[in-house]
Amino acid sequence: MSYQQKFSVWRGDSDGGDFVEYDVEVNEGEVVLDVVHRLQATEAPDLAVRWNCKAGKCGSCSAEINGRPRLMCMTRMSTLPQDTTVSITPMRTFPVIRDLVTDVSFNYEKAREVRAFVPPADLAPGEYRMQQVDVERSQEFRKCIECFLCQNTCHVVRDHEENKLAFSGPRFLMRVAELDMHPLDAAEDQEGLNRKAAAQDEHGLGYCNITKCCTEVCPEHIKITDNALIPLKERVVDLKFDPMFIRRRKRKSKEKEQVSEEG
Amino acid sequence: MSEIETHSYDVIVIGAGGSGLRAAIAAREAGKKTAIISKSLFGKAHTVMAEGGCAAAMGNVNPNDNWMVHFRDTMRGGKFLNNWRMAELHAKEAPDRVWELETYGALFDRTPEGKISQRNFGGHTYPRLAHVGDRTGLEMIRTLQQKIVSLQQDDFARTGDYEANIKVYAECTVTDLIKDGERIAGALAYWRESGRHLLLEAPAIVMATGGVGKSYKVTSNSWEYTGDGHALALRAGASLINMEFLQFHPTGMVWPPSVKGILVTESVRGDGGVLTNSEGKRFMFDYIPDVFKDQYATTEEEADRWYTDADNNKRPPELLPRDEVARAINSEVQAGRGSPHGGVFLDVSSRMPAETIIKRLPSMHHQFKELADVDITKEPMEVGPTCHYVMGGIEVDPDTGQASVPGLFAAGECSGGMHGSNRLGGNSLSDLLVFGKRAGDGAAAYVDSLSARPVLDEVEVKRAQERSVAPFGDGSQDGAENPYTLHQELQQTMNDLVGIIRKEEEVRQAITKLGELKERAKNLVVEGHRQFNPGWHLALDLRNMLLVSECVANAAVLRQESRGGHTRDDYTTMDAEWRHKLLVCTADGDDGVQIVEQEQIPMRSDLMELFELDELKKYFTDAELPGGATA
Repeated sequence: MSYQQKFSVWRGDSDGGDFVEYDVEVNEGEVVLDVVHRLQATEAPDLAVRWNCKAGKCGSCSAEINGRPRLMCMTRMSTLPQDTTVSITPMRTFPVIRDLVTDVSFNYEKAREVRAFVPPADLAPGEYRMQQVDVERSQEFRKCIECFLCQNTCHVVRDHEENKLAFSGPRFLMRVAELDMHPLDAAEDQEGLNRKAAAQDEHGLGYCNITKCCTEVCPEHIKITDNALIPLKERVVDLKFDPMFIRRRKRKSKEKEQVSEEG
Repeated sequence: MSEIETHSYDVIVIGAGGSGLRAAIAAREAGKKTAIISKSLFGKAHTVMAEGGCAAAMGNVNPNDNWMVHFRDTMRGGKFLNNWRMAELHAKEAPDRVWELETYGALFDRTPEGKISQRNFGGHTYPRLAHVGDRTGLEMIRTLQQKIVSLQQDDFARTGDYEANIKVYAECTVTDLIKDGERIAGALAYWRESGRHLLLEAPAIVMATGGVGKSYKVTSNSWEYTGDGHALALRAGASLINMEFLQFHPTGMVWPPSVKGILVTESVRGDGGVLTNSEGKRFMFDYIPDVFKDQYATTEEEADRWYTDADNNKRPPELLPRDEVARAINSEVQAGRGSPHGGVFLDVSSRMPAETIIKRLPSMHHQFKELADVDITKEPMEVGPTCHYVMGGIEVDPDTGQASVPGLFAAGECSGGMHGSNRLGGNSLSDLLVFGKRAGDGAAAYVDSLSARPVLDEVEVKRAQERSVAPFGDGSQDGAENPYTLHQELQQTMNDLVGIIRKEEEVRQAITKLGELKERAKNLVVEGHRQFNPGWHLALDLRNMLLVSECVANAAVLRQESRGGHTRDDYTTMDAEWRHKLLVCTADGDDGVQIVEQEQIPMRSDLMELFELDELKKYFTDAELPGGATA
């Protein structure tokens, strides 16, 4: 049942690196992460890789296998051709730390910029009542294991470092959608925060042109584009024709101008 | 040594799983400047692996539920060895801790009235587990993570700095606690990314490092579960209790070999899944122990009726506590009635329509399809026991989480007592919340009580620094040992010799082997440099795993009875004289262990009165019973 497989693993750090070839034994039922572990225990004890659960639940072992963004723990060797070399490279969108490990701090910074859930002031803990059908939309997005494969794949930032400042990426636009669809989020009522407008103005929703690359690589099979990004875009469009909202927004930008003039 | 990066906090929380994050929230809300030290990235902790749910007697599905029923179930599950005060606090406070999560933004599955839905689980009398499909742990970790972010946003609005009062040190590993005399003064850690040391100065530390399963070959635990908190606390002078009690979850995957041990949630059984052997028999009916005879169905017909009419039927024996089910599966396989790959069958396909299975057990459906080519809507799963949870841990004061070392606190899996000899499914997530909050509050109150901050001992710091880089060696070692090889030998030893069923001679063999491994570990040499080096990290983890394994093995030899997560082949019955005794481990020198017996505090009489005398007689000695002879 075992066979030898050629691997080409990118090794290096922020100063550069190159592919290193390995010939590794593969056994029945194994996934790519098993092979990486075998390499560590034999030929390459200092091969850097991130992993935690090895069960597809934590989203730590993201990498690109034969050029495709995947979780190493959920990519079975039997799905890869035996007659060609299997390449493993770090995620391309994030700076390399070492070998297969990248600096994903971009994502944690973006996470911090999405205003958290605002609990309704008039409900005490234990008084929340929501219907299953109403929580299900947001629940789909909360299946996200934060593997950041969607962030890595999205062409808005994949080869465009300059967009990273203005664009939060599919994972965090989806987070905005999740909060916008939360039946009890009181951000708008209590803090005057319109999440749809925030998606457009602060998180760069407009950059997304719904090519669905994020959805394709999601290991949780979340329909990011169809269920989060497109509905969010539709809600933004609706906003544009909402007279109350237009008035509020105009007032806000006027205030901003005044502030910048004064400053 | 060069100048070391140093930071000061009021409270340091080691571990970023459920209990660590809940403790940090409590400490920060008490106005304390708090740091969270996480071995992995933020949000990846082992809590994400919890599937079934969080037990809390909210009574949303069955209004007969209340804290007293939950307390009774917890004590029964732990075979009455539990710290009763912890079990009491847990049962009383769990509902408030779950409801609080909703104010952080959690979205649990709902009942038709719009309340939090609750599901059945092993050992729980009523549907009690708040859940989100079979990914409840993910929901909890994300909710707590997002609450931390929300607190950071508040701080940012006030100070312009997100990290003014609460900061997460991700991919940062603590290698030693530093004391000032008897008191905690801080911790030495290292950044994985650069390999550089950092020093964290604080009067209070909360341990929330989880479990020890990575010392075993077949385990549901992730790479982080190397007993760090247990070992750090032990070396700092704290005591560990109940280390002989390990929970082997009855249902882990058994095929293919590379996924052996990965968890199959108990919800499969809670929602109607049945266990069968190679003869097609539902064998659990043969394994109902005497102490549970009155609470479980004896026929398949009654068991099946229970799913729709729980008030008038007894529950199926598939839902016995985990230790019972794991032993039963083990016995069936030993008797030659196992499945082709050495497990038994767990079937939902014949019990529910495919769409219900996909809806209620989406992760399981996905996991088996992707990793084993098994469609659980069409065919049974093959499952067998896997090392899942350590009941033992740091001995703490139930109300504040304080360990015997001033300034040291612990919560969650790395603390001991709450679950006695066996934990009920669903009681872990609630444990994290209840005692995470209490430990965070306890640490904050301790800081308030101090008149002067402890001072870090520079000699200690230097020694800790040298110890942590020792595995790089100086190139002169003969017979250098490889950390990966030692780890594999440790896992094999614990798996074979201190596993589900224990024999004195085997455990003694294990103790001898552990001694050898400890000697060999002195010659560990790692290759490469300090930047994100997995071999070095494993070498540091090994020191902890070896120490904790020694606690497990030595306690397992001493306890001459079978109870919960400790089954002795040579002492097969439960012995009331052992119930009131705890085995307490303390450090002996730098890396040795000594164990003494300690009497349990007798249960408060009002809690004792929650049980029928006939039931108590099964567990307690005559002298301990109400009205019994007092010594």
